[in-house]
Amino acid sequence: MENNSRRDFLLTGLITAGLVSGCTPKADPFEAAARDVALPSGKKVKLLSVDGEEIEVDEAFLKPVPHMPPVSNTEARIGIPGKKFVMVIDLSRCKNLKKCQSACNHAHELNPGENWIKVDPMQDAEHTAPYWEPTTCMHCDEPPCVKVCPVDATFKRQDGIVLIDSDRCIGCRFCMAACPYSTRVFNWGEPEIAPAIASQPYSCETSVPQKKGTVGKCDFCADMTRMGELPHCVSACPNGVFAFGDINQDSVSNGAETFRFSDLIKDKGGYRLMEDLGTKPSVYYLPPVSRNFPFESGLENDKEQNK
Amino acid sequence: MENSITDEKIIADLLPQKFGKAGKIWVGILTVICLIGLFAYYRQLRYGLIVTAMRDYVSWGIYISNFVFFVAISLVGSLITAIFRLAGVKWGAPLTRIAEIIAVAAIIFASLIIIVDMGSPERFYNLFTHGRIQSPIIWDVIVITTYFFISILLLYYPLLPDIKILLRFKQKSGNGLHKFYNYIGSFWQGTPAQFKLSEKAINILCITIIPVAFTIHTVTSWLFATTYRPGWDSTNFGAYFIAGAFLVGSGAVVVAMYVFRKAYHLEKYITEIHFEKMGRVVVLLSLLYLYFNMNEFLTPFFKMKKSEEGYLNGLFSGDFSVVFWFAILIGIIIPVVILLFRRGRKPLPMFVVGIMVIVGAWFKRYLIVTPTLLNPFLPMHDVPASYHHYFPTWEEWAITMGSLAGALLIITILARIFPIIPIQETLTEQHEKAI
Repeated sequence: MENNSRRDFLLTGLITAGLVSGCTPKADPFEAAARDVALPSGKKVKLLSVDGEEIEVDEAFLKPVPHMPPVSNTEARIGIPGKKFVMVIDLSRCKNLKKCQSACNHAHELNPGENWIKVDPMQDAEHTAPYWEPTTCMHCDEPPCVKVCPVDATFKRQDGIVLIDSDRCIGCRFCMAACPYSTRVFNWGEPEIAPAIASQPYSCETSVPQKKGTVGKCDFCADMTRMGELPHCVSACPNGVFAFGDINQDSVSNGAETFRFSDLIKDKGGYRLMEDLGTKPSVYYLPPVSRNFPFESGLENDKEQNK
Repeated sequence: MENSITDEKIIADLLPQKFGKAGKIWVGILTVICLIGLFAYYRQLRYGLIVTAMRDYVSWGIYISNFVFFVAISLVGSLITAIFRLAGVKWGAPLTRIAEIIAVAAIIFASLIIIVDMGSPERFYNLFTHGRIQSPIIWDVIVITTYFFISILLLYYPLLPDIKILLRFKQKSGNGLHKFYNYIGSFWQGTPAQFKLSEKAINILCITIIPVAFTIHTVTSWLFATTYRPGWDSTNFGAYFIAGAFLVGSGAVVVAMYVFRKAYHLEKYITEIHFEKMGRVVVLLSLLYLYFNMNEFLTPFFKMKKSEEGYLNGLFSGDFSVVFWFAILIGIIIPVVILLFRRGRKPLPMFVVGIMVIVGAWFKRYLIVTPTLLNPFLPMHDVPASYHHYFPTWEEWAITMGSLAGALLIITILARIFPIIPIQETLTEQHEKAI
């Protein structure tokens, strides 16, 4: 549901943008038709404004906005200046609801069976307790995938996010072999996406639409972060497992609560996965101590995808 | 006895011959296999790599194994032509062309099969327009291209004196081939100055091809060794790959020696002594490869690190153990045992050993790629059940077989066009002997 409202929001945003360009004398440079003057038809349509208010607009003013990537490829490759994004995943709060996963899949129009977020049942040794471990892309500061990419299709931005340019990827899958976290997903066949979305130009920040013969992975929802919002997995989790923020501001939020990042890591003993490999991930984990849920509570939800 | 062979007889023996009935059937079968492979590739282009059994965990499959296999085989060109030449190994001379033809065919198909493995081959040009020199793939592109050209030249330069001889037999070669010979070699007069120049050029090529050959296979091993994965994260990989490459290449030369000898009745030129000597070479290389295998598996086995446990157990006693022990026994140990006996170094047993080495080596390459990918650091979870194992689809087999058949086809065609034993060199050697 969360995502539907997001899409509505985006839609409204686009339409309002279209309206503005339609009403101002300055012509939309992207479309010749923008110069046509629209006459009111009398039919009103209800819309949601950016501020969440319901507004009425004449139907004649509604016009499709040319599909332009929200940011240029160059901008998307540079990132947001001054930011350094981090994620904290609190293992003591996870009961494998997989809401993060479904929100992510929905937002990125992923095919069934393709998951950028995986929730793994972990048990480190025979006598240690099992726990659920959600994994995203670690957005490493020493990313092995970026090191091996022969064409600079996957790249590291100055704000710490590792993204993929699906318009450039040649599908050699060296990055998949290089990633120790097995986070990367390949589009083995033609992705099943609604034609309207599939025909959009690809944006590195939304990672939509996925393309046949290229690699995909968690993008830290770079489009959301540019808007100053939380990634979909963070807002989708009802248990506040994920917290996301900017390490430069020393602050992370799971939507409901905001923490000082350094305090959180200090108080709860935060760590990163496979520190010994030297990949320097941007994703931190809080150990599964004083848990909110027993491990078993997540088993039922695991069956569907792991028969 | 052999000294009494006249020049005319040698030339008549060694001129390329038209395909007989068996030859035509052989070419026909290879062409059909290639066409089936092409059809499978058409399906792959149309539907994507989904037609393969590769999925997110096993993201590299038999295409990459096959690529490593081809690169490995191609190394033999540098061994027999360059290393033997520079080391003054005289008996290897009749085998140089066979080795060089195998090298050229293998390196061509190594390049093709790596394109087949790409998910978006239509973007191949990105490697040149957006290439990042930091990526080992770009290193591979550079050195494989270099190796390809050096190998072509190493095939071409020693051919020139032979082409001069071939041009004398317009009747036998037919109009088309004659024109072709004329096109590629009519400038060769055989003057002492030309011989001197050619000799110099070949020497330079022989010296340059050795580091390039070492580099192509070392870099190929680095495609794996530059990752963190169990079974690949090894400093031994470069040397291990090169040792294996020389072994499989020598196996291929032995098989080719046997087949050409039979098919073209070259018993006087590829003698039992050649088999005897190649047998010793194969033993040496098998033992060397065995040594690197011990290095590769014994120390991790001794430690049994947790991250490597699943991988090692899979090889030694698990899902891959049959293939693993097959590759070790058939590909390395049994050949050594057979070849240690004098009777094992006769042509027929050598041929069988050569086949064993090649088949063992192909499966060894399979084991280098797949088991590692099925043992990731994090559990294989939240993926469809089919992602948990890998068995190639018919399209993958067809393309792989098609590429192997294609390489054999190139070897066959080159052997049809050019003398498989250097004629001029044989003549010179005869004259030297006579004196």
